Amino acid sequence: MKHIVIIGNGIAGTTAARHIRKNSDYDITLISAESKHFWSRTALMYIYMGHMKYHHTKPYEDRFWKKNRINLIHDYVEKIDTKQKQVTLASSPPLRYDVLIIATGAKPNKFGWPGQELEGVTGMVSLQDLDRIERYTQGIARGVVVGGGLIGIELSEMLHSRNIPVTFLVREKQFWNNVLPEQEASMISRHIREHHIDLKLETELKEILPDKNGRVRAVVTNTGEEIACQFVGLTAGVHPNTDLVKSTAIETNRGVLVNEFLETNIPDVYAIGDCAERRKAIAGRTAIEQVWYTGRMMGETVAQTICGNKIAYHPGPWFNSAKFFDIEYQTYGNVKPQLGANEDEFYWEHSSGKLAMHFVFDKNEQTFFGINTFGIRLKHECFDQWLKEKVDIGHIISHLREANFDPEFFKNHEKDVIQAFSGQYPEIRVASRQRRKTLGIF
Amino acid sequence: MKASLFQKAGMGIFIISSALLIVLLFLNKYRLTDAALERAVTDPSERKMLGTALSPMKGIAYQSGYTFNENIEEYLERENQHISSKFEITDMDIGNVISQFPGQDIQYSNEKITNAFDTTETGRFKARKLKDYTSWMNERQYESEQGLREQLENTRQNINTSIINDQGFSDYKIKALKLALTRHSSFGPVSENTTLWLVLTIGLGILGALIFILPKLKLLPGIKNDHVFHSANTGRGWIGYITGTLLIGFYVILYWYPEYMTSWMLLVDPISKVLNGHEASQWFFYGFLYTLAIGVMGVRMIIKYRHSKYHIIRTLSVIFFQVAFAFLIPEILIRLNQPSMDLKNIWPLNYTFFFDYNLSTLTSSGTIGIAMLVWGIILIIIGVPVITYFYGKRWYCSWVCGCGGLAETLGDPYRQLSDKSLKAWQIERWMVHGILVFSVIMTIGVLYTYFTGSSMLLGINTYDIRSVYGFLIGAAFAGVVGVGFYPFMGNRVWCRFGCPLAAYLGIVQRFKSRFRITTNGGQCISCGNCSTYCEMGIDVRWYAQRGQNIIRASCVGCGVCSSVCPRGVLKLENKDPKGRFGEPILIGNDSATIRS
Ligand SMILES: Cc1cc2nc3c(=O)[nH]c(=O)nc-3n(C[C@H](O)[C@H](O)[C@H](O)COP(=O)(O)OP(=O)(O)OC[C@H]3O[C@@H](n4cnc5c(N)ncnc54)[C@H](O)[C@@H]3O)c2cc1C
Ligand code: SF4
Repeated sequence: MKHIVIIGNGIAGTTAARHIRKNSDYDITLISAESKHFWSRTALMYIYMGHMKYHHTKPYEDRFWKKNRINLIHDYVEKIDTKQKQVTLASSPPLRYDVLIIATGAKPNKFGWPGQELEGVTGMVSLQDLDRIERYTQGIARGVVVGGGLIGIELSEMLHSRNIPVTFLVREKQFWNNVLPEQEASMISRHIREHHIDLKLETELKEILPDKNGRVRAVVTNTGEEIACQFVGLTAGVHPNTDLVKSTAIETNRGVLVNEFLETNIPDVYAIGDCAERRKAIAGRTAIEQVWYTGRMMGETVAQTICGNKIAYHPGPWFNSAKFFDIEYQTYGNVKPQLGANEDEFYWEHSSGKLAMHFVFDKNEQTFFGINTFGIRLKHECFDQWLKEKVDIGHIISHLREANFDPEFFKNHEKDVIQAFSGQYPEIRVASRQRRKTLGIF
Repeated sequence: MKASLFQKAGMGIFIISSALLIVLLFLNKYRLTDAALERAVTDPSERKMLGTALSPMKGIAYQSGYTFNENIEEYLERENQHISSKFEITDMDIGNVISQFPGQDIQYSNEKITNAFDTTETGRFKARKLKDYTSWMNERQYESEQGLREQLENTRQNINTSIINDQGFSDYKIKALKLALTRHSSFGPVSENTTLWLVLTIGLGILGALIFILPKLKLLPGIKNDHVFHSANTGRGWIGYITGTLLIGFYVILYWYPEYMTSWMLLVDPISKVLNGHEASQWFFYGFLYTLAIGVMGVRMIIKYRHSKYHIIRTLSVIFFQVAFAFLIPEILIRLNQPSMDLKNIWPLNYTFFFDYNLSTLTSSGTIGIAMLVWGIILIIIGVPVITYFYGKRWYCSWVCGCGGLAETLGDPYRQLSDKSLKAWQIERWMVHGILVFSVIMTIGVLYTYFTGSSMLLGINTYDIRSVYGFLIGAAFAGVVGVGFYPFMGNRVWCRFGCPLAAYLGIVQRFKSRFRITTNGGQCISCGNCSTYCEMGIDVRWYAQRGQNIIRASCVGCGVCSSVCPRGVLKLENKDPKGRFGEPILIGNDSATIRS
């Protein structure tokens, strides 16, 4: 029986294992040094904030694995021998494989800042990081979070939940301005400040200073300011974890290089998830995609290939989501921080400053490119279809109501949006259809 | 956010007032007087008998309700013995009866019994009993005296065991008398300063709770579950254990030892009198406290979820149905001398609906009684299926029901403690459907007895079934476990494992309804918030992460999964039933059609 060995039990590795099991009888071994069972990294913040306990974050009950004949090994892989087709483990006997899937995830970026290894400094990716954060933030007077991305804002919220004053250093002009356009980036920045986070924009970390016990005492920014703190969270992005692969014949660049079938240069060795890098990026997407969904989809796809149904990884239109303190965010298609030369935009923001929608479309053809939505939930299904059908912006605005996914009784803002749109683009036809009111209840 | 000093003060006030409420039970003294007897017992002959039996207690001031009740029990037991020995049919009596039938080949006739007894009260009683019990033997032939003696021996035993019920104080009666006598013999600080104590306990309790709750308005609207699992209360810690134990204790006293909570009844007497014109019973106190709990914790619920209109509206709905339907209307009906009924309490949750006494009351109370009967039946056979078809069982469980109302308000802080395992789901299905079957069988028995007058159905006494049901399900499960276990197993233990109406609603919801929870394409990040905060223990994530509609018999449609989901994945919907059970799909991967 073929033996499939998967290194990394994150969403990518786990999904691959599950789908290989669905489609075959192969032996499957899933290895991770981080935790015995698959847990949801995306819920890390909720454990710290006390919304959940660790066991709540496990998407499958512990007995699931045995029932589905997926062997779990809680150990560190030290070496891959692609000639012998064997992996060496830190404390268990070596394992032979017929097919190897590398799904080793990502590691926090550390840009060689002086003091980055001090006690009290950590990234935020793994369970071990969570332990460190827990330990380092006991009874402290201030924490500094470095790097204005999705993980940075989560860490700020975490510290805030424990009443720890937070200074949040962001390199860009507004929070996450390298991904979000100016309008919504400033809206979120305002919301961050509303939560009494000391948000320092256009500020970078220069140095972390120790006290006499080798613990963090302060940080120094590029403006020369010294901020006293006892904890520093480094959240300036992540990079593929290629530690294990670096010394092998498997080719790497920033990540483990793969083709469209997620195959590395070595036969029977695949790479998926955060650690993988496409040799040739899919049009309109980056070569390294480090989100939950892409990890899952690569896992689904590689399982098909391994089970004899060879297919290329071909994700549909881009989508993602996040939550910035109290403001939910979803995105479908492409909304870039700066408008492209051929692009036009329509931005609507509610007077509360908590709801917004940002549409981007082709200047001439009016083809819809993408949307960012804040505080209003939208249906993935509708936008997936609209993006594939390349409908124009008028169609999107007219049919916005159909795509609404807010809970019942929530106020509808479509009329407002349509009105504002027609004001800005009177030449674009919008069919404003009143929705039939069904029984007022439910 | 941690509690502010102000909030801590509120919590302090609340704890003090709760402690006072408990202390209050030990403040009054008890003295049995003729006046107390007069108020406690309406039947003059019974009162006279009691007066004699309890005469040694009269005038004594008891410091403790416990000794007082112990003495009542002791003296009534003594009286029972006395009565037994007085009315017991003896060997001699049997001998006398047999001597009425001399010789061989006896033909029995119960007419002759009268001659075997004198005409004292005792003699007449014995004669009447024996006549009644042996009427079936008339005309029967007995070859010898021996045969007749055996027959009469049996009869004698039957009569003797029923003497206490007829002439003395049955356990049931003693229970009722203890409560009535304690209540009316009570005197002391609580009786003298009722209003003051009401303010110091319940009044301060409300104030303290509000001082704790209202500052939460300062938090920005949004999901605020910070420290839920760090808290010793909501994270199954020591405060939770204490709270649960106190709640369990409360229910045990309420159901089985109400004679020890008479001071609480005194406390709300003024309110009861205004509403229904009578003194408060233990049930009035319970209903009052229950309504307050839903009201005050309803305010907390509304503040906590004030970013969601869905939660605001449904919380207002449960508050309304509790205050108006469960509390005020039944009391006002009493005042109007009409049958009292919670018009939204549906059988089989309202398991006494078809009980003989309820049916008799309703059928003998004119149009309004009949209307209530018809209304109750319409709700069962039309209301439940039709409304559930359109909106799912949530229309009842998280919008109308009193148990649900308490769970969604007082119980909300504990929702995360429900067990999400597959095992728990299996146990749940067996239990809740088992109890539905039990309640149906019990009701069939009760109706059989009502219409035929016979208390035996298939060899089982229908009164036994109904008292077992009342004890196990009505009191122990719904009350003690249902609320007492909030801090241990979450706020819907009863609704999930025990409620027969929930089982009925659930069957309709599962198989024939427009209601479902839909998932949003591929947006789920498997974080687990939805499952964690599902009070019914549904593993919502299991469905969400594979893009499958959530259609579960148990879902009460509280909507909290949708609220806590940080990625906007879940939506409660009533839609065309077509496609409700569609294949799970996750949108986003166009590589192949992948079934999760
Ligand atoms: C705090 C946080 C929040 C996030 N939130 C979101 C979000 O909301 N939405 C979203 O789309 N994405 C989010 N992401 C990103 C998302 O979690 C990742 O893209 C995804 O988890 C990557 O999955 P993966 O399976 O590729 O790798 P991982 O989940 O990183 O799994 C890799 C595993 O391999 C193990 N491993 C590595 N090397 C070895 C070795 N030599 N031996 C044994 N085991 C090894 C690691 O210990 C790890 O357990 C978040 C990430 C973080 C850190
Ligand atoms: S809360 Fe939302 S994102 Fe999290 S597991 Fe549930 S459905 Fe998925």
